[in-house]
Amino acid sequence: MIDRNFTAVAGTESPLSETRRSLISPNPFSAPINKFLEWFGDLGIFFWRVAHAAVTPPFEFRELFRQLDEIGSMSLPLVALAGAATGVVLSMEARYSLTRFGAKSLLPAAIVFSVIHETGPIITGLVVSGRVGAGIGAELASMKVTEQIDAVEASAVSPYRLLAAPRILACILVLPLLTLAGDACGVLMGWVAQALVEPLSLHQFINAGFNGADFNDFLPPTFKTAVFGLIIGLIACFQGMRTQGGAAGVGRAATSSVVLSSLFVILADVVLVKLILIFFP
Amino acid sequence: METIDQIPVQTGLKPKEAAKDGGVPAIAVEDLHKSFGSQKVLNGISLTVNRGETLAVLGRSGTGKSVLLRLIIGLEKPDSGSVLIHAQDIAGLGLDQLGAIRMKMGFLFQHAALYDSLTVEQNVAFPLVHHKKEMSKSERGDRVKQLLAEVGMEGHLEKMPSDISGGMQKRVGLARALALAPDILLLDEPTAGLDPISSGEIDDLVLKLQAEHHMASIVVTHDLHSAKTIADRLALLDGGNVVIEGSFEELQRSDIKFVQEFLGHS
Repeated sequence: MIDRNFTAVAGTESPLSETRRSLISPNPFSAPINKFLEWFGDLGIFFWRVAHAAVTPPFEFRELFRQLDEIGSMSLPLVALAGAATGVVLSMEARYSLTRFGAKSLLPAAIVFSVIHETGPIITGLVVSGRVGAGIGAELASMKVTEQIDAVEASAVSPYRLLAAPRILACILVLPLLTLAGDACGVLMGWVAQALVEPLSLHQFINAGFNGADFNDFLPPTFKTAVFGLIIGLIACFQGMRTQGGAAGVGRAATSSVVLSSLFVILADVVLVKLILIFFP
Repeated sequence: METIDQIPVQTGLKPKEAAKDGGVPAIAVEDLHKSFGSQKVLNGISLTVNRGETLAVLGRSGTGKSVLLRLIIGLEKPDSGSVLIHAQDIAGLGLDQLGAIRMKMGFLFQHAALYDSLTVEQNVAFPLVHHKKEMSKSERGDRVKQLLAEVGMEGHLEKMPSDISGGMQKRVGLARALALAPDILLLDEPTAGLDPISSGEIDDLVLKLQAEHHMASIVVTHDLHSAKTIADRLALLDGGNVVIEGSFEELQRSDIKFVQEFLGHS
Protein backbone atom coordinates (compact mmCIF):
# COMPACT_ATOMS: atom_id res chain seq x y z
CA MET A 1 0.00 0.00 0.00
CA ILE A 2 1.28 3.43 -0.83
CA ASP A 3 1.54 5.78 2.09
CA ARG A 4 0.42 9.18 0.82
CA ASN A 5 0.85 10.92 4.15
CA PHE A 6 3.92 12.89 3.08
CA THR A 7 5.94 14.60 5.73
CA ALA A 8 8.62 17.24 5.29
CA VAL A 9 11.90 15.73 4.23
CA ALA A 10 14.58 16.31 6.83
CA GLY A 11 16.95 19.07 5.88
CA THR A 12 14.67 20.74 3.30
CA GLU A 13 13.26 23.34 5.73
CA SER A 14 15.35 26.50 5.77
CA PRO A 15 16.35 28.22 9.03
CA LEU A 16 14.42 31.25 7.72
CA SER A 17 11.13 29.36 7.78
CA GLU A 18 11.86 28.38 11.41
CA THR A 19 12.42 32.05 12.28
CA ARG A 20 9.26 33.09 10.46
CA ARG A 21 7.25 30.44 12.26
CA SER A 22 8.49 31.65 15.62
CA LEU A 23 7.62 35.24 14.66
CA ILE A 24 4.10 34.22 13.64
CA SER A 25 3.20 32.96 17.08
CA PRO A 26 -0.37 32.08 18.04
CA ASN A 27 -0.57 35.28 20.13
CA PRO A 28 -3.77 36.99 18.89
CA PHE A 29 -2.17 40.44 19.19
CA SER A 30 1.03 39.71 17.31
CA ALA A 31 -0.65 38.16 14.26
CA PRO A 32 -2.25 41.38 12.90
CA ILE A 33 0.94 43.34 13.66
CA ASN A 34 3.05 40.77 11.81
CA LYS A 35 0.60 40.86 8.90
CA PHE A 36 0.72 44.66 8.79
CA LEU A 37 4.54 44.70 8.90
CA GLU A 38 4.70 42.02 6.22
CA TRP A 39 2.32 44.12 4.04
CA PHE A 40 4.53 47.17 4.53
CA GLY A 41 7.68 45.20 3.70
CA ASP A 42 6.11 43.83 0.53
CA LEU A 43 4.94 47.35 -0.41
CA GLY A 44 8.51 48.62 0.06
CA ILE A 45 9.92 45.88 -2.19
CA PHE A 46 7.21 46.62 -4.77
CA PHE A 47 8.02 50.35 -4.67
CA TRP A 48 11.73 49.63 -5.17
CA ARG A 49 11.05 47.41 -8.20
CA VAL A 50 8.70 49.96 -9.77
CA ALA A 51 11.14 52.83 -9.11
CA HIS A 52 13.95 50.82 -10.73
CA ALA A 53 11.75 49.98 -13.72
CA ALA A 54 10.62 53.61 -14.05
CA VAL A 55 14.15 55.08 -14.31
CA THR A 56 15.79 52.44 -16.52
CA PRO A 57 15.14 51.99 -20.26
CA PRO A 58 13.15 50.90 -22.17
CA PHE A 59 10.50 53.45 -21.20
CA GLU A 60 6.85 52.74 -21.87
CA PHE A 61 5.88 56.23 -23.13
CA ARG A 62 2.88 55.01 -25.10
CA GLU A 63 1.38 53.36 -22.04
CA LEU A 64 2.19 56.48 -19.97
CA PHE A 65 0.28 58.74 -22.38
CA ARG A 66 -2.63 56.30 -22.39
CA GLN A 67 -2.74 56.38 -18.60
CA LEU A 68 -2.45 60.19 -18.52
CA ASP A 69 -5.58 60.30 -20.65
CA GLU A 70 -7.35 57.55 -18.71
CA ILE A 71 -6.52 58.95 -15.26
CA GLY A 72 -6.39 62.67 -16.08
CA SER A 73 -9.01 63.46 -18.71
CA MET A 74 -11.52 60.93 -17.42
CA SER A 75 -11.25 62.21 -13.82
CA LEU A 76 -11.56 65.88 -14.79
CA PRO A 77 -15.40 66.13 -14.81
CA LEU A 78 -15.68 64.45 -11.40
CA VAL A 79 -12.94 66.59 -9.84
CA ALA A 80 -14.45 69.75 -11.35
CA LEU A 81 -17.87 68.87 -9.99
CA ALA A 82 -16.49 68.05 -6.53
CA GLY A 83 -14.48 71.31 -6.53
CA ALA A 84 -17.52 73.33 -7.61
CA ALA A 85 -19.73 71.77 -4.91
CA THR A 86 -17.05 72.47 -2.30
CA GLY A 87 -16.87 76.12 -3.40
CA VAL A 88 -20.64 76.53 -3.09
CA VAL A 89 -20.78 74.87 0.35
CA LEU A 90 -17.81 76.87 1.60
CA SER A 91 -19.43 80.09 0.40
CA MET A 92 -22.70 79.34 2.16
CA GLU A 93 -21.09 78.14 5.41
CA ALA A 94 -18.45 80.88 5.56
CA ARG A 95 -21.03 83.57 4.82
CA TYR A 96 -23.14 82.43 7.76
CA SER A 97 -20.19 82.23 10.17
CA LEU A 98 -18.43 85.43 9.10
CA THR A 99 -21.65 87.45 9.18
CA ARG A 100 -22.17 86.36 12.80
CA PHE A 101 -18.72 87.67 13.71
CA GLY A 102 -19.02 90.87 11.62
CA ALA A 103 -16.28 89.83 9.19
CA LYS A 104 -18.35 89.46 6.03
CA SER A 105 -15.76 91.43 4.01
CA LEU A 106 -13.32 88.54 4.49
CA LEU A 107 -15.62 86.12 2.70
CA PRO A 108 -13.75 86.04 -0.68
CA ALA A 109 -10.41 85.51 1.08
CA ALA A 110 -11.88 82.80 3.30
CA ILE A 111 -13.22 80.92 0.28
CA VAL A 112 -10.05 81.29 -1.82
CA PHE A 113 -7.65 80.37 0.99
CA SER A 114 -9.76 77.40 2.09
CA VAL A 115 -9.97 76.07 -1.43
CA ILE A 116 -6.33 76.45 -2.49
CA HIS A 117 -4.81 75.53 0.88
CA GLU A 118 -6.74 72.48 1.86
CA THR A 119 -10.16 71.61 0.49
CA GLY A 120 -9.13 71.64 -3.18
CA PRO A 121 -6.10 69.32 -2.75
CA ILE A 122 -7.72 66.91 -0.29
CA ILE A 123 -11.02 66.69 -2.17
CA THR A 124 -9.10 66.04 -5.41
CA GLY A 125 -6.98 63.40 -3.68
CA LEU A 126 -10.01 61.59 -2.25
CA VAL A 127 -12.05 61.79 -5.45
CA VAL A 128 -9.15 60.41 -7.51
CA SER A 129 -8.41 57.70 -4.94
CA GLY A 130 -12.04 56.60 -5.29
CA ARG A 131 -12.23 56.66 -9.07
CA VAL A 132 -8.69 55.80 -10.09
CA GLY A 133 -7.78 53.63 -7.10
CA ALA A 134 -10.76 51.36 -7.71
CA GLY A 135 -10.15 51.35 -11.47
CA ILE A 136 -6.46 50.45 -11.29
CA GLY A 137 -6.99 47.95 -8.46
CA ALA A 138 -9.79 46.13 -10.28
CA GLU A 139 -8.08 46.19 -13.70
CA LEU A 140 -4.77 44.78 -12.46
CA ALA A 141 -6.50 42.30 -10.15
CA SER A 142 -8.56 41.04 -13.07
CA MET A 143 -5.36 40.66 -15.12
CA LYS A 144 -3.72 38.84 -12.23
CA VAL A 145 -6.47 36.26 -11.68
CA THR A 146 -6.74 35.54 -15.42
CA GLU A 147 -2.94 35.03 -15.59
CA GLN A 148 -2.48 38.00 -17.94
CA ILE A 149 0.21 39.47 -15.67
CA ASP A 150 1.97 36.09 -15.66
CA ALA A 151 1.70 36.11 -19.47
CA VAL A 152 3.39 39.54 -19.55
CA GLU A 153 6.19 38.18 -17.36
CA ALA A 154 6.46 34.97 -19.38
CA SER A 155 6.90 37.14 -22.49
CA ALA A 156 10.05 38.55 -20.82
CA VAL A 157 8.38 41.92 -20.23
CA SER A 158 8.51 43.40 -16.74
CA PRO A 159 4.98 43.99 -15.38
CA TYR A 160 6.49 46.63 -13.09
CA ARG A 161 7.72 48.53 -16.14
CA LEU A 162 4.70 47.97 -18.38
CA LEU A 163 1.79 48.06 -15.93
CA ALA A 164 2.75 49.67 -12.62
CA ALA A 165 5.25 52.42 -13.51
CA PRO A 166 3.11 54.21 -16.15
CA ARG A 167 0.04 54.17 -13.88
CA ILE A 168 1.93 55.50 -10.86
CA LEU A 169 3.77 58.16 -12.91
CA ALA A 170 0.49 59.24 -14.50
CA CYS A 171 -1.09 59.62 -11.04
CA ILE A 172 1.89 61.70 -9.84
CA LEU A 173 1.77 64.00 -12.90
CA VAL A 174 -1.99 64.34 -13.12
CA LEU A 175 -2.95 65.03 -9.50
CA PRO A 176 -1.50 68.60 -9.34
CA LEU A 177 -3.17 69.45 -12.67
CA LEU A 178 -6.51 68.09 -11.50
CA THR A 179 -6.08 70.03 -8.26
CA LEU A 180 -5.67 73.25 -10.26
CA ALA A 181 -8.87 72.47 -12.12
CA GLY A 182 -10.70 71.62 -8.87
CA ASP A 183 -9.40 74.82 -7.23
CA ALA A 184 -10.53 76.94 -10.19
CA CYS A 185 -14.02 75.41 -10.13
CA GLY A 186 -14.23 75.83 -6.34
CA VAL A 187 -13.26 79.52 -6.46
CA LEU A 188 -15.54 80.20 -9.43
CA MET A 189 -18.57 78.52 -7.88
CA GLY A 190 -17.77 80.18 -4.52
CA TRP A 191 -18.10 83.50 -6.33
CA VAL A 192 -21.34 82.40 -8.06
CA ALA A 193 -22.88 81.41 -4.71
CA GLN A 194 -21.74 84.71 -3.21
CA ALA A 195 -22.94 86.77 -6.19
CA LEU A 196 -26.40 85.21 -6.08
CA VAL A 197 -26.91 86.49 -2.53
CA GLU A 198 -25.07 89.78 -2.82
CA PRO A 199 -24.04 91.24 -6.20
CA LEU A 200 -20.24 91.20 -6.58
CA SER A 201 -18.21 91.13 -9.80
CA LEU A 202 -15.76 88.28 -10.41
CA HIS A 203 -12.96 90.85 -10.68
CA GLN A 204 -13.77 92.27 -7.23
CA PHE A 205 -14.09 88.76 -5.78
CA ILE A 206 -10.71 87.65 -7.15
CA ASN A 207 -8.98 90.86 -6.05
CA ALA A 208 -10.36 90.55 -2.54
CA GLY A 209 -9.77 86.80 -2.39
CA PHE A 210 -6.14 86.83 -3.52
CA ASN A 211 -5.21 90.01 -1.69
CA GLY A 212 -2.05 89.23 0.29
CA ALA A 213 -1.65 85.75 -1.22
CA ASP A 214 1.73 84.72 -2.66
CA PHE A 215 3.18 81.63 -4.32
CA ASN A 216 3.82 80.00 -0.95
CA ASP A 217 0.06 79.92 -0.45
CA PHE A 218 -0.47 78.34 -3.80
CA LEU A 219 2.38 76.10 -4.97
CA PRO A 220 3.17 73.84 -1.97
CA PRO A 221 -0.48 72.81 -1.39
CA THR A 222 -0.91 72.14 -5.11
CA PHE A 223 2.29 70.12 -5.50
CA LYS A 224 1.70 68.11 -2.32
CA THR A 225 -0.96 66.31 -4.35
CA ALA A 226 1.86 64.71 -6.37
CA VAL A 227 2.53 62.74 -3.15
CA PHE A 228 -1.16 61.82 -3.05
CA GLY A 229 -0.77 60.61 -6.65
CA LEU A 230 2.20 58.44 -5.65
CA ILE A 231 0.21 56.95 -2.77
CA ILE A 232 -2.90 56.28 -4.87
CA GLY A 233 -1.02 54.76 -7.81
CA LEU A 234 1.36 52.72 -5.66
CA ILE A 235 -1.28 51.22 -3.38
CA ALA A 236 -3.76 50.51 -6.19
CA CYS A 237 -1.10 48.79 -8.34
CA PHE A 238 0.25 46.85 -5.35
CA GLN A 239 -3.17 45.64 -4.21
CA GLY A 240 -4.15 44.75 -7.77
CA MET A 241 -0.98 42.84 -8.64
CA ARG A 242 -0.96 40.74 -5.44
CA THR A 243 -4.60 39.66 -5.74
CA GLN A 244 -5.57 36.04 -5.31
CA GLY A 245 -8.86 34.21 -5.55
CA GLY A 246 -10.96 34.88 -8.63
CA ALA A 247 -13.85 37.35 -8.82
CA ALA A 248 -14.00 37.74 -5.05
CA GLY A 249 -10.30 38.64 -5.07
CA VAL A 250 -10.89 41.30 -7.72
CA GLY A 251 -13.65 42.83 -5.57
CA ARG A 252 -11.42 42.76 -2.51
CA ALA A 253 -8.54 44.38 -4.43
CA ALA A 254 -10.76 47.21 -5.71
CA THR A 255 -12.20 47.87 -2.25
CA SER A 256 -8.88 47.69 -0.44
CA SER A 257 -7.26 49.96 -3.05
CA VAL A 258 -9.82 52.68 -2.36
CA VAL A 259 -9.88 52.25 1.41
CA LEU A 260 -6.11 52.09 1.87
CA SER A 261 -5.25 54.84 -0.61
CA SER A 262 -7.88 57.19 0.92
CA LEU A 263 -6.59 56.42 4.41
CA PHE A 264 -2.96 57.02 3.46
CA VAL A 265 -3.86 60.21 1.54
CA ILE A 266 -5.48 61.61 4.69
CA LEU A 267 -2.53 60.55 6.87
CA ALA A 268 -0.03 61.99 4.36
CA ASP A 269 -2.01 65.23 4.28
CA VAL A 270 -1.49 65.69 8.03
CA VAL A 271 2.26 65.23 7.66
CA LEU A 272 2.53 67.35 4.51
CA VAL A 273 0.54 70.27 5.99
CA LYS A 274 2.92 70.31 8.95
CA LEU A 275 5.96 70.21 6.64
CA ILE A 276 4.54 73.00 4.47
CA LEU A 277 3.95 75.16 7.54
CA ILE A 278 7.57 74.55 8.62
CA PHE A 279 9.28 75.06 5.25
CA PHE A 280 6.93 77.62 3.66
CA PRO A 281 5.77 79.74 6.61
CA MET B 1 4.00 0.17 4.58
CA GLU B 2 5.46 1.39 1.32
CA THR B 3 6.11 5.14 1.14
CA ILE B 4 6.21 7.13 -2.05
CA ASP B 5 9.98 7.55 -1.73
CA GLN B 6 10.35 3.77 -1.88
CA ILE B 7 8.49 3.43 -5.16
CA PRO B 8 11.08 2.70 -7.84
CA VAL B 9 11.24 5.35 -10.53
CA GLN B 10 11.30 3.61 -13.89
CA THR B 11 13.26 5.58 -16.46
CA GLY B 12 13.43 3.98 -19.85
CA LEU B 13 14.65 7.07 -21.64
CA LYS B 14 15.30 6.80 -25.30
CA PRO B 15 14.90 10.33 -26.65
CA LYS B 16 13.80 10.52 -30.27
CA GLU B 17 16.45 13.07 -31.00
CA ALA B 18 19.77 13.36 -29.21
CA ALA B 19 20.62 16.61 -27.51
CA LYS B 20 22.05 18.99 -30.06
CA ASP B 21 23.59 21.43 -27.62
CA GLY B 22 26.74 19.44 -26.90
CA GLY B 23 24.80 16.84 -24.95
CA VAL B 24 23.35 19.48 -22.64
CA PRO B 25 19.60 19.06 -22.13
CA ALA B 26 17.44 22.05 -23.01
CA ILE B 27 15.61 21.71 -19.68
CA ALA B 28 17.00 19.99 -16.61
CA VAL B 29 15.09 20.01 -13.34
CA GLU B 30 17.05 18.68 -10.38
CA ASP B 31 15.67 17.73 -6.97
CA LEU B 32 13.04 20.45 -7.05
CA HIS B 33 11.03 21.14 -3.90
CA LYS B 34 8.14 23.55 -3.64
CA SER B 35 5.60 24.14 -0.88
CA PHE B 36 2.77 26.62 -0.45
CA GLY B 37 2.41 27.17 3.28
CA SER B 38 2.17 23.74 4.87
CA GLN B 39 1.17 22.07 1.59
CA LYS B 40 4.08 20.30 -0.07
CA VAL B 41 3.51 20.39 -3.83
CA LEU B 42 6.78 19.20 -5.35
CA ASN B 43 8.95 16.81 -3.39
CA GLY B 44 12.35 16.46 -5.03
CA ILE B 45 11.33 16.10 -8.67
CA SER B 46 14.01 15.62 -11.36
CA LEU B 47 13.45 15.66 -15.13
CA THR B 48 15.36 16.39 -18.33
CA VAL B 49 14.11 17.30 -21.78
CA ASN B 50 16.34 17.47 -24.85
CA ARG B 51 15.94 19.61 -27.94
CA GLY B 52 13.40 18.15 -30.36
CA GLU B 53 11.81 16.06 -27.63
CA THR B 54 8.33 16.32 -26.08
CA LEU B 55 7.71 15.24 -22.51
CA ALA B 56 4.12 14.90 -21.27
CA VAL B 57 3.64 15.40 -17.54
CA LEU B 58 0.58 13.56 -16.26
CA GLY B 59 -1.01 13.21 -12.87
CA ARG B 60 -4.02 13.83 -10.72
CA SER B 61 -5.25 17.35 -10.03
CA GLY B 62 -3.16 19.16 -7.44
CA THR B 63 -0.01 17.11 -7.93
CA GLY B 64 2.02 20.15 -8.95
CA LYS B 65 2.09 19.76 -12.74
CA SER B 66 1.31 23.41 -13.48
CA VAL B 67 3.56 24.53 -10.62
CA LEU B 68 6.40 22.63 -12.31
CA LEU B 69 5.92 24.66 -15.51
CA ARG B 70 5.74 27.92 -13.55
CA LEU B 71 9.00 27.02 -11.81
CA ILE B 72 10.68 26.24 -15.12
CA ILE B 73 9.80 29.65 -16.57
CA GLY B 74 10.61 31.42 -13.31
CA LEU B 75 7.11 32.57 -12.37
CA GLU B 76 7.59 30.77 -9.05
CA LYS B 77 10.75 30.31 -7.01
CA PRO B 78 11.66 26.81 -5.77
CA ASP B 79 12.25 26.15 -2.07
CA SER B 80 15.27 24.08 -3.07
CA GLY B 81 16.67 22.32 -6.11
CA SER B 82 17.55 23.82 -9.45
CA VAL B 83 16.09 24.54 -12.88
CA LEU B 84 18.70 24.57 -15.65
CA ILE B 85 17.82 26.03 -19.02
CA HIS B 86 20.56 25.17 -21.54
CA ALA B 87 22.74 24.37 -18.49
CA GLN B 88 22.15 27.79 -16.92
CA ASP B 89 20.61 27.77 -13.45
CA ILE B 90 17.79 30.35 -13.38
CA ALA B 91 17.82 30.63 -9.58
CA GLY B 92 19.26 33.93 -8.42
CA LEU B 93 19.17 35.52 -11.86
CA GLY B 94 18.18 39.18 -12.06
CA LEU B 95 15.02 40.17 -13.92
CA ASP B 96 17.02 41.19 -17.01
CA GLN B 97 18.95 37.89 -17.18
CA LEU B 98 15.80 35.92 -16.51
CA GLY B 99 14.12 37.93 -19.26
CA ALA B 100 16.84 36.89 -21.70
CA ILE B 101 16.18 33.23 -20.85
CA ARG B 102 12.41 33.67 -21.06
CA MET B 103 12.81 35.01 -24.60
CA LYS B 104 13.95 31.49 -25.54
CA MET B 105 10.79 30.01 -24.06
CA GLY B 106 7.18 30.00 -25.17
CA PHE B 107 4.41 29.41 -22.65
CA LEU B 108 0.81 28.47 -23.40
CA PHE B 109 -1.32 29.08 -20.31
CA GLN B 110 -4.17 26.78 -19.32
CA HIS B 111 -6.80 29.40 -20.19
CA ALA B 112 -4.63 31.00 -22.90
CA ALA B 113 -4.28 34.23 -20.81
CA LEU B 114 -4.77 36.49 -23.82
CA TYR B 115 -4.71 40.22 -23.05
CA ASP B 116 -8.42 41.01 -23.05
CA SER B 117 -7.95 44.68 -24.00
CA LEU B 118 -5.95 43.81 -27.13
CA THR B 119 -7.08 42.30 -30.43
CA VAL B 120 -5.90 38.88 -31.62
CA GLU B 121 -3.33 40.60 -33.83
CA GLN B 122 -2.04 42.80 -30.99
CA ASN B 123 -1.83 39.79 -28.67
CA VAL B 124 0.42 37.91 -31.07
CA ALA B 125 2.42 41.06 -31.82
CA PHE B 126 2.99 41.75 -28.11
CA PRO B 127 6.36 39.93 -27.73
CA LEU B 128 7.55 41.34 -31.08
CA VAL B 129 6.65 44.93 -30.11
CA HIS B 130 8.70 44.61 -26.92
CA HIS B 131 11.65 42.55 -28.11
CA LYS B 132 12.00 43.07 -31.86
CA LYS B 133 12.14 46.84 -31.98
CA GLU B 134 14.26 46.66 -35.14
CA MET B 135 11.26 45.19 -36.99
CA SER B 136 9.28 47.65 -39.10
CA LYS B 137 5.51 47.80 -38.65
CA SER B 138 4.92 45.96 -41.93
CA GLU B 139 7.51 43.27 -41.09
CA ARG B 140 5.81 42.79 -37.74
CA GLY B 141 2.41 42.61 -39.41
CA ASP B 142 3.70 39.97 -41.83
CA ARG B 143 5.20 37.93 -39.00
CA VAL B 144 1.93 38.07 -37.04
CA LYS B 145 -0.03 36.94 -40.12
CA GLN B 146 2.45 34.09 -40.65
CA LEU B 147 2.14 32.96 -37.02
CA LEU B 148 -1.65 33.11 -37.10
CA ALA B 149 -1.65 31.18 -40.39
CA GLU B 150 0.49 28.48 -38.74
CA VAL B 151 -2.22 27.96 -36.12
CA GLY B 152 -5.11 28.36 -38.55
CA MET B 153 -6.31 31.73 -37.25
CA GLU B 154 -5.37 34.02 -40.13
CA GLY B 155 -8.92 35.33 -40.61
CA HIS B 156 -9.40 36.64 -37.08
CA LEU B 157 -6.85 39.45 -36.75
CA GLU B 158 -9.20 42.20 -35.62
CA LYS B 159 -11.29 40.13 -33.22
CA MET B 160 -11.11 40.55 -29.45
CA PRO B 161 -10.31 37.47 -27.32
CA SER B 162 -13.84 37.53 -25.88
CA ASP B 163 -15.26 37.14 -29.41
CA ILE B 164 -13.53 33.81 -30.14
CA SER B 165 -14.01 30.31 -28.70
CA GLY B 166 -11.81 28.62 -26.10
CA GLY B 167 -10.10 26.47 -28.73
CA MET B 168 -9.40 29.51 -30.88
CA GLN B 169 -8.01 31.36 -27.87
CA LYS B 170 -5.59 28.48 -27.30
CA ARG B 171 -4.48 28.67 -30.93
CA VAL B 172 -3.86 32.41 -30.56
CA GLY B 173 -2.02 31.75 -27.29
CA LEU B 174 0.11 29.21 -29.12
CA ALA B 175 0.87 31.72 -31.89
CA ARG B 176 1.91 34.27 -29.23
CA ALA B 177 4.11 31.66 -27.53
CA LEU B 178 5.86 31.02 -30.86
CA ALA B 179 6.33 34.70 -31.76
CA LEU B 180 9.99 34.90 -30.70
CA ALA B 181 10.85 31.49 -32.25
CA PRO B 182 11.59 29.83 -28.88
CA ASP B 183 13.81 26.76 -28.30
CA ILE B 184 11.53 25.60 -25.51
CA LEU B 185 7.74 25.31 -25.48
CA LEU B 186 5.75 24.84 -22.29
CA LEU B 187 2.10 23.90 -22.69
CA ASP B 188 -0.22 23.91 -19.68
CA GLU B 189 -3.29 21.76 -20.35
CA PRO B 190 -3.51 22.62 -24.07
CA THR B 191 -6.64 20.52 -24.57
CA ALA B 192 -8.41 21.12 -21.25
CA GLY B 193 -12.03 22.19 -21.64
CA LEU B 194 -12.11 21.53 -25.38
CA ASP B 195 -14.38 19.17 -27.27
CA PRO B 196 -12.73 16.02 -28.74
CA ILE B 197 -12.49 17.52 -32.24
CA SER B 198 -10.87 20.74 -31.04
CA SER B 199 -8.56 18.68 -28.79
CA GLY B 200 -7.52 16.61 -31.78
CA GLU B 201 -6.87 19.76 -33.80
CA ILE B 202 -4.68 21.19 -31.04
CA ASP B 203 -2.77 17.88 -30.83
CA ASP B 204 -2.20 17.91 -34.60
CA LEU B 205 -1.08 21.51 -34.39
CA VAL B 206 1.43 20.77 -31.62
CA LEU B 207 2.79 17.80 -33.60
CA LYS B 208 3.12 19.96 -36.74
CA LEU B 209 4.88 22.77 -34.85
CA GLN B 210 7.16 20.26 -33.17
CA ALA B 211 8.13 18.76 -36.52
CA GLU B 212 8.81 22.20 -38.00
CA HIS B 213 10.56 23.92 -35.11
CA HIS B 214 12.27 21.06 -33.19
CA MET B 215 11.72 22.62 -29.79
CA ALA B 216 12.10 20.99 -26.40
CA SER B 217 8.54 20.78 -25.13
CA ILE B 218 6.85 19.95 -21.86
CA VAL B 219 3.11 19.35 -22.04
CA VAL B 220 1.15 19.23 -18.81
CA THR B 221 -2.10 17.37 -19.31
CA HIS B 222 -4.78 15.16 -17.80
CA ASP B 223 -5.57 13.85 -21.25
CA LEU B 224 -3.79 10.50 -21.68
CA HIS B 225 -4.87 10.22 -25.31
CA SER B 226 -3.40 13.64 -26.09
CA ALA B 227 -0.20 12.78 -24.19
CA LYS B 228 0.17 9.53 -26.12
CA THR B 229 -0.29 11.37 -29.42
CA ILE B 230 2.09 14.28 -28.97
CA ALA B 231 4.75 13.13 -26.50
CA ASP B 232 7.92 11.07 -26.90
CA ARG B 233 8.00 10.37 -23.17
CA LEU B 234 5.50 10.52 -20.35
CA ALA B 235 6.15 11.31 -16.69
CA LEU B 236 3.49 10.43 -14.15
CA LEU B 237 3.46 12.54 -11.00
CA ASP B 238 2.02 11.69 -7.63
CA GLY B 239 2.70 13.23 -4.27
CA GLY B 240 4.99 15.82 -5.81
CA ASN B 241 7.35 13.32 -7.35
CA VAL B 242 7.78 11.30 -10.54
CA VAL B 243 6.31 7.84 -10.00
CA ILE B 244 7.29 6.59 -13.44
CA GLU B 245 8.85 8.04 -16.58
CA GLY B 246 9.04 6.45 -20.00
CA SER B 247 7.13 5.67 -23.17
CA PHE B 248 3.41 4.90 -23.07
CA GLU B 249 4.20 1.21 -23.58
CA GLU B 250 6.58 1.27 -20.61
CA LEU B 251 3.87 2.81 -18.46
CA GLN B 252 1.46 0.09 -19.59
CA ARG B 253 3.98 -2.61 -18.63
CA SER B 254 4.52 -1.12 -15.16
CA ASP B 255 3.30 -3.14 -12.20
CA ILE B 256 3.00 -0.07 -9.93
CA LYS B 257 -0.54 0.01 -8.61
CA PHE B 258 -0.95 3.79 -8.98
CA VAL B 259 0.18 3.67 -12.62
CA GLN B 260 -2.29 0.92 -13.40
CA GLU B 261 -5.06 2.80 -11.61
CA PHE B 262 -4.25 6.00 -13.52
CA LEU B 263 -4.14 4.28 -16.90
CA GLY B 264 -7.26 2.30 -16.08
CA HIS B 265 -9.29 5.40 -15.26
CA SER B 266 -8.02 7.52 -18.15
